[in-house]
Amino acid sequence: MRNIYLISAITVLLAACGSQPPAPEQTPAEVKTSTPTDVVVTKPVVNVVPQPTFDAMSVAALKDPRSPLSKRMVYFDLDSYVVKDEFQSTLAAHSKFLAANAKMKMLIQGNSDERGSREYNLALAQKRADAVKKSLALMGAKEDQMEAVSLGEEKPVCTDQNEECWSKNRRGEMLYNGEY
Amino acid sequence: MKYPNALHKFVRLGVLLAIGTTGLFTPLSQAQLVVDVTGAGSARLPIAIADFSGERVIGSALTSVVRADLERSGLFKLIDAPTPVGAGDTPPYADLKTRGADALLGGTVTASSDGRYETRLTLSDVPKQASIAAQTYGHTSAQLRATAHRISDFVYSKLTGEQGIFSTRIAYIVKLGGRYELQIADADGGNSQSALASNESIISPAWSPDGSKLAYVSFEAKKPVIYVHDLATGRRHVAANFKGSNSAPAWSPDGLQLAVVLTKDGGSQIFLVGADGSGLRRLATSASIDTEPRFSPDGGSIYFSSDRGGSPQIYRISVTGGQAERITFEGSYNVSPRLSPDGKSMAYITRVGGLFHVALMDLASKQVTILTDSAKDESPSFAPNGRMIVYATEVNGKGVLAAVSVDGRVKQRLSSALAADVREPAWAPFNR
Repeated sequence: MRNIYLISAITVLLAACGSQPPAPEQTPAEVKTSTPTDVVVTKPVVNVVPQPTFDAMSVAALKDPRSPLSKRMVYFDLDSYVVKDEFQSTLAAHSKFLAANAKMKMLIQGNSDERGSREYNLALAQKRADAVKKSLALMGAKEDQMEAVSLGEEKPVCTDQNEECWSKNRRGEMLYNGEY
Repeated sequence: MKYPNALHKFVRLGVLLAIGTTGLFTPLSQAQLVVDVTGAGSARLPIAIADFSGERVIGSALTSVVRADLERSGLFKLIDAPTPVGAGDTPPYADLKTRGADALLGGTVTASSDGRYETRLTLSDVPKQASIAAQTYGHTSAQLRATAHRISDFVYSKLTGEQGIFSTRIAYIVKLGGRYELQIADADGGNSQSALASNESIISPAWSPDGSKLAYVSFEAKKPVIYVHDLATGRRHVAANFKGSNSAPAWSPDGLQLAVVLTKDGGSQIFLVGADGSGLRRLATSASIDTEPRFSPDGGSIYFSSDRGGSPQIYRISVTGGQAERITFEGSYNVSPRLSPDGKSMAYITRVGGLFHVALMDLASKQVTILTDSAKDESPSFAPNGRMIVYATEVNGKGVLAAVSVDGRVKQRLSSALAADVREPAWAPFNR
């Protein structure tokens, strides 16, 4: 069934390309790799490619998915600004990184879900940002390396009307200089 | 006159808020909000608004707005009048009585040589077959809507003994895509104007007591800053821009001070500052969230929301500081306190079973009435006569304004034909 759709999609694409001068040969291949059936094929390939080793304390580690520093989100319970235990290891890694890289600065943005008072949410999200900052400071980051700000409910990452979405919005987000 | 008591339990907001799609600092294309009256007073006063005699086109422009105003208020039942009735005419009482009318408004519109009009009115008691009140308005053809709202206010005050709100205004925020606008419309939604447009959020508009200025929070500097905006001149100044967040402005009743929430010393804490930005002083100190300050109408105390007791609740503190007194106890989430104009009751948002409703507390008895059954209510704001509360809510994922009477009977919803969200309503004071 899926193949029929795929073939028709390719046909449509080819037909569309036909009217344009240089028909790019990659087009069908692109369509193919984006189908779910090919995920199975591409995944092992990624794992097989040998990755260069990385320095856990380097700036490059901030974006390396293998590094805990690539994790930037701290999620909170409803009405709460208590940092949950499950985020301690992430925060420890960032704290260690900040302590080792005195020139790095971090902006911590607190956010809330959309429900309830907009002004109360602004204050609640500030508390969340403050809580992340405090945790990082307790583990060794310097106060003047960090700034905690609130975006309240104004910058949701998810706009659906359900708990799964709201829980994604109740967050503290850690950004390093150059990222904000 | 024996008009039903229910009439005194007023209401109104005829809103047809015109909202704008936006373009930053460009004129907006407009689309009106549609008003659905979803509940009405239990005993509506039957009134006939006769066609006016004299200048018929002008007269019918006036009566159509007056009829719409009174009908949407949920307090009046419109009865057809068989013929035009002039200001001095003897009304067809027998016919009106048969039709069930208790009151009649008649009028005469006369053109004068300078292009102006004079509209004379007579309000009559049908069962008693007697004139109750008369009034005369001078106006131009450009002032028809404003004049009609004044006529509605006249009828309303004569029949209820209270001041009408047909001539008041409402400020609110419109969000369309990533654009935000602070708009002001007449209470019936006409005449909407944009005071500010931005690519960043605008929240918490608050009217100065004389209705000439709006304080609000704008994120245009990538963080919350409080501005005071003079509506006549379009000029504004920064009232609070300290390190960290500046939000939740509330005017003192004399218009000289603002209560604000600042994080400059850590945490969200309440300060008082001159409306011109001078003379900052801290009102209270807590390790918890303190926010959403509101002055009591006598200016003596400030109500605010705080989680100092473990959950968000409403507290009261003297403007001179000191110990805060807890006001709300039921439930785990009570925020956004708004005092009624007479200071006797407080509207706020309460969470019950995960749903957010508008609640009303009688401050003397502490008795609470939940006024709404919608799920995501926010930002209640009293009409200046204290009879209606406008608030923001959500319908099918879209932000709309709604209004409810303080007795919970009359309900209106104002939804946009556009995909725009309308939110953060603030009802202006009397007196423009």
